[in-house]
Amino acid sequence: MQDIHELTIICGIDKSGAKEDVEKIRICPGEIIGIVGPTGSGKSTLICDIEQLSQGDTPTRRKILINGEAPGRDIRTDPRKKRIAQLSQNMHFLADMTVEEFLRMHAKSRNRNFDTVERVIDIANTLTGESIQPGHQLTILSGGQSRALMAADIAVISDSPIVLIDEIENAGIKKQEALKLLAAEGKIVLVVTHDPVLALMTKRRIVMRNGGIRQVITTTPGEMNVCNELVRLDNYMMSLRDTIRQGGLVEQAVVV
Amino acid sequence: MKLVVVAGTPGSGKTSVLMHTIRSLKQVGMSPAVVKIDCLWTDDDKRFERLDIPVRIGLSRDMCPDHFAIYNTDEMLKWAREQDAGVLINETAGLCLRCAPYPDGCLAVCVIDVTTGPNTPLKVGPLLTTADVVVATKGDIVSQAEREVFRERVNEANPGCRIIEANGLSGQGASELAEVISETPDVGKELTLRHNAPLAICTLCTGEMRVAKEHHMGVLRHIDGFTEYRGE
Repeated sequence: MQDIHELTIICGIDKSGAKEDVEKIRICPGEIIGIVGPTGSGKSTLICDIEQLSQGDTPTRRKILINGEAPGRDIRTDPRKKRIAQLSQNMHFLADMTVEEFLRMHAKSRNRNFDTVERVIDIANTLTGESIQPGHQLTILSGGQSRALMAADIAVISDSPIVLIDEIENAGIKKQEALKLLAAEGKIVLVVTHDPVLALMTKRRIVMRNGGIRQVITTTPGEMNVCNELVRLDNYMMSLRDTIRQGGLVEQAVVV
Repeated sequence: MKLVVVAGTPGSGKTSVLMHTIRSLKQVGMSPAVVKIDCLWTDDDKRFERLDIPVRIGLSRDMCPDHFAIYNTDEMLKWAREQDAGVLINETAGLCLRCAPYPDGCLAVCVIDVTTGPNTPLKVGPLLTTADVVVATKGDIVSQAEREVFRERVNEANPGCRIIEANGLSGQGASELAEVISETPDVGKELTLRHNAPLAICTLCTGEMRVAKEHHMGVLRHIDGFTEYRGE
């Protein structure tokens, strides 16, 4: 597949079968787009449509174009050619394998070198509390460890020009670090989120309701100021969380 | 007329995937008929009937369901021709992984559940290794990495098969499967199985209930792999 310079969402229908309120969304490399909306409003479905490069063949009837064209079947299905990485909401692995075995297999499926395996584990361990070992069974990892491993896997083995992230704020991993890791420069990134910090860190956000896209909002300068404030507050919250996790006391409020 | 044989592990979503696929087939003007083979009980005929297509069920009872399906293939084809069907879809019970009920000249579809883990493609044997199409279901429950590893394992077990990721709830993959079905050539006259059915020619096959070795005759295999013929 050639370089990706545009991802296009041709909108379809919502849960009631009515047309979505937006016709088409164009996204360029380097853009981080948020997807917001109440639970059940179709945010994850939108992400899945993009991951599958749907061609009007899903219940939403959306079409996903790359560089203005419908991608061929190979690109849609073969992980060696697919250029999309997805962090879904899944919190656990079901595969009965060790971490190392699994990552080696995944590296093979994506045509990557096996030295990526060690890097994935190292990066995952910067996002999670208790460290993950290569010999661990995948199924015994906690939700946070699994999520950290999935995120690191996306950054290294599935490293792709299009990155889809579904609620990274869940599972107690370091969300800002994880987003920074996944949203490397020059990528097209879509982030489903309920978190105001993450939502306001994006350039534009897609608003969902009843399974359909309702509008696309560009983050205003005022919102960017609010975002900076929120980041400071959030970092304070995170430092408190760390202290509490380590068994410390937080008796004095630190003014931020 | 085309013949499609759909096999797969129990609960993998064969019927759900087929329901969506049949809708897609009807949309492109094909007339499918379905025969569902099960062992003891099924109400899948009622599910299929809602699609307004000819449906027939076969219960194998105490006979091996795959032997039953294979033995009745001619009869099923005859019935489907009488219904003016363009394609006969035979959904098997799929209980025994030793078997692959696919004749040559059919489209062999193996439905397999991704949540059973990436070692499953290595375990299911000829059911998967002799299939033309492997339909991987329930991929929405696992991570993208796990789906890709599963796919890699299917590729290792059956290089050259076409893998379709499907979802029995949303209908994902159904239009792709329908497309493959519509491109399948018509079934020939002299059908031969792609893989032999499991060996079972012994007193147990004819209803012997006693367990002790002395009561059994026929072609029997010991736990160490030694195979012998006992009898007259």
